[in-house]
Amino acid sequence: MSEPLRGVIVSHAAVAQALKAAVAAITGVEDALVPVSNEGCDSGALTARVTAAIAEQPAVLFVDLPGGSCLTSSIRLAKGKTNVAVVTGVNLAMLLDFVFHRDLPPLEAARRAAEAGSKAIRTPAA
Amino acid sequence: MSIVLYRIDDRLIHGQVVVGWGQPLHVGFIVVVDDAVHASEWEQDLYRMGVPPHIEVVFASTAEAARRLPEWEADARTGILVAASIDALAALSSNSHRVTRVNVGGIHHQPGRSERLRYVYLSDAEAAKLRELAAQGVEVTAQDVPTARPVPLQEFA
Repeated sequence: MSEPLRGVIVSHAAVAQALKAAVAAITGVEDALVPVSNEGCDSGALTARVTAAIAEQPAVLFVDLPGGSCLTSSIRLAKGKTNVAVVTGVNLAMLLDFVFHRDLPPLEAARRAAEAGSKAIRTPAA
Repeated sequence: MSIVLYRIDDRLIHGQVVVGWGQPLHVGFIVVVDDAVHASEWEQDLYRMGVPPHIEVVFASTAEAARRLPEWEADARTGILVAASIDALAALSSNSHRVTRVNVGGIHHQPGRSERLRYVYLSDAEAAKLRELAAQGVEVTAQDVPTARPVPLQEFA
């Protein structure tokens, strides 16, 4: 891969901005993730925001919920493209893994991130 | 029960509809009235992804919705009907004469529209259409989520 993958976090309200800030605080990586909020957007406006965030680079779109406007806009945008993949249920653990594996093809990076995010969901004994 | 919410929302099915309204109302079905989505299986699959399996989703064209409204109103489950545009819901109202209340849940910025509320942007023509709907006896309020105050039409159009 000539260009490292870009991660675009697509969320309700300010979740995306907060996740990006948390990743930067933990890893020091500042330039791997772009936050996009759906605040004030219909689906067309949100798609335009996500398109601008991708900036024609290979990307993984990290969406907060497995349904709703963030997902529908992201999937419409990724449809038919091999250089854009989508993951839902974004969490901090998957983003922390992603920022260190940006040399993978988008779909592979998306699957890896989904696995890392899933592994972080536990119910430890108190 | 019946259809308890007639909503105009340009995002159609999304978190506010499924969770915000759907949970407290114990919704059993959602009717999406939109000619473009009705014509596309792919779009329908996309919208279904956001809905838990116990909630049925029905996709109808504007014309079909007017015909099937009595059937949905007689349904024992609680339902929400959502349309993306004022035109679609106004057509349903005038063709069925069964819509008594309309919830404006989300009409977002586009060229020619101005901000009326944080989540409602209207052109002058769209505001006039809502007033016309109200003049026909339909109660029109804006309310994005159930915990918010229902805003009377006079305050935003």
